[in-house]
Amino acid sequence: MNIFVLLKRTFDTEEKIAINNGRIEDDGAEYIINPYDEYAVEEAINIRDEHGGEVTVVTIGDEDAEKQLRTALAMGADQAVLINTEDDLEEGDQFTTVKILEAFFDDREADIILAGNVAIDEASGQVGPRLAERLNMSCVTTITSITIDGDTANIERDVEGDVEKVETSLPLLVTCQQGLNEPRYPSLPGIMKAKKKPLEELEIDDLDLEEDDVEPKTKTIEIFLPPEKQAGKVLEGEMDDQVKELVSLLKTEAKVL
Amino acid sequence: MSKKVLVIGEAREGSLRNVTFEAIAAANIVSDGGEVVGVLCGSGDLEPLGQEMVYYGAEKVVTISNEELKTYTSDGYSQAIQEVIDEESPEGIIMGHTAIGKDLTPKLASRLESGLISDATEVVAEGGNIVFTRPIFSGKAFEKKQITDGLVFATIRPNNIPALERDDSLSGQVVAKDVTISNIRTIIKDVIRKSSDGVDLSEAKVIVAGGRGVKSAEGFEPLTELADVLGGTVGASRGACDAGYCDYSLQIGQTGKVVTPDLYIACGISGAIQHLAGMSNSKIIVAVNKDPEANIFNVADYGIVGDLFDVVPKLIEEIKAMKVNA
Ligand SMILES: Cc1cc2nc3c(=O)[nH]c(=O)nc-3n(C[C@H](O)[C@H](O)[C@H](O)COP(=O)(O)OP(=O)(O)OC[C@H]3O[C@@H](n4cnc5c(N)ncnc54)[C@H](O)[C@@H]3O)c2cc1C
Ligand SMILES: Cc1cc2nc3c(=O)[nH]c(=O)nc-3n(C[C@H](O)[C@H](O)[C@H](O)COP(=O)(O)OP(=O)(O)OC[C@H]3O[C@@H](n4cnc5c(N)ncnc54)[C@H](O)[C@@H]3O)c2cc1C
Repeated sequence: MNIFVLLKRTFDTEEKIAINNGRIEDDGAEYIINPYDEYAVEEAINIRDEHGGEVTVVTIGDEDAEKQLRTALAMGADQAVLINTEDDLEEGDQFTTVKILEAFFDDREADIILAGNVAIDEASGQVGPRLAERLNMSCVTTITSITIDGDTANIERDVEGDVEKVETSLPLLVTCQQGLNEPRYPSLPGIMKAKKKPLEELEIDDLDLEEDDVEPKTKTIEIFLPPEKQAGKVLEGEMDDQVKELVSLLKTEAKVL
Repeated sequence: MSKKVLVIGEAREGSLRNVTFEAIAAANIVSDGGEVVGVLCGSGDLEPLGQEMVYYGAEKVVTISNEELKTYTSDGYSQAIQEVIDEESPEGIIMGHTAIGKDLTPKLASRLESGLISDATEVVAEGGNIVFTRPIFSGKAFEKKQITDGLVFATIRPNNIPALERDDSLSGQVVAKDVTISNIRTIIKDVIRKSSDGVDLSEAKVIVAGGRGVKSAEGFEPLTELADVLGGTVGASRGACDAGYCDYSLQIGQTGKVVTPDLYIACGISGAIQHLAGMSNSKIIVAVNKDPEANIFNVADYGIVGDLFDVVPKLIEEIKAMKVNA
């Protein structure tokens, strides 16, 4: 089976956010594999182990994303592709990303593509379903379980807490939700092996794309931090008095009762 | 410049979700005096729901009733709505950022080769441009975005953009449209409903949420009572859901629901970033936690350091007393 994972390199979940010159300050920030994409990598490896085939992890980004790709290889993916846009493109949005991925998948004959449900930084959740539409693949979002039998996939998906059971057929794109699995940590031998696994680097030129083809449809005009929250009031004193004070504050100061 | 804007409505258990009305209000801003057209998919008689959208500001509503649209499938809905888009040629589309909105709108945008701004919490017209504000980095920052080319397409986060006042003197056309649905590639075999009595967390004004500190399913009882006296509903952290104290349909956060109530009372919740992503924009946050160092106190407006099993019953009594005195 020809299995692909879409992986985004994101800021570490715990990273503090600061703005410098109108941009998110990334100096010294720690980066991780987008957590929902870790579920995708784990599931891809499990599908391969059960059905055979290869797992290819794909990311669009710059050279620094090699680290996250190597981590996915160390977890057990077979090969990685870095589509490096650093020298060619300044701006991009979800339309851009999907245009590039569409071109990439043109001749790849994917049986299944696993993406994250959402990236924890920009968090649009668009890339998976957008790509499925371009590739004319059936698409199931926010999955928490998948079993494949021949060309048929039986899937459970999370719909605002309800569980929807669906059946569909390959080729297929799914987006992964928390609950799907517990991603493994790369093992030491895994890390050693990952260093020798193939990592292909492509530029948009290699995908027969030009800058104009991928021009974004949206633009960010400002980034700002939420208004600094005044330090909350932690109440003190006898518990009975604290509760009385709280109710009174909610009523007269916060005006929510 | 005035525009024709399409609002994709959403019904649940026979009534429209509030976010549909909020989407009409947002569409009204985007349309700048142009026409707001609603579209609603489902089965059975949709005319009363279409009428309701008119009372909230849609000038025309296209309803598509079809057995194939009884439950949402992305193939079914996107086919039906695509036909309406082809017919109406809107210059804008607005929908709620709900499970259905998140699944459907990227596909439509991709098909239309258009931009899409997801999960907007504010929409304003600024000097001829429509500017959307949306949270990024789990709510740790915000960005203002605009569409630079083509269709003004966005989803809005529930409970952030106020709906217009319902006005049943408004009149508009409700048009039933027939659509042939073919090629649904995903078959829904079963839906296991977990949501409790139809309360839509994302639209609640008051939420009392419990975490791992609640310790058991029974531990949620005082929280439910507090929610009741406040006219609100109960939510939970992932910790509480994973521990089996409550159902995943109550989960709030990055993986669960994103809520913006007027009052959020977090009991026995530590305040992990993934939880904050789902509730930090609440208007007023109260934290009850026995650990004074818990991160939840960093986002709380008011905090009580203490045992929730002591604090919550006292709160219930105090609020009851306040109501009696009022
Ligand atoms: C050339 C270029 C320039 C860009 N410039 C900027 C910029 O200046 N500022 C800015 O904030 N953003 C920029 N972006 C990123 C872009 O705006 C979005 O972040 C990106 O399209 C992903 O959208 P999202 O973060 O909403 O991901 P979502 O749609 O929420 O992600 C869902 C899933 O899609 C997959 N996915 C998402 N992104 C990628 C990726 N890059 N590679 C592989 N799989 C992916 C993952 O599986 C992920 O879990 C640029 C992108 C490109 C291609
Ligand atoms: C990809 C990903 C997505 C996630 N998505 C979500 C999400 O959507 N929502 C979410 O909530 N989490 C999410 N999480 C999990 C999150 O990281 C935390 O693990 C989770 O929120 C912890 O839940 P909790 O606060 O209930 O439990 P804990 O962190 O265990 O906190 C329990 C708290 O209760 C307090 N306590 C204990 N007893 C009492 C008492 N008697 N009285 C008062 N206080 C008491 C303790 O002091 C402690 O602060 C996600 C994690 C990942 C990796």
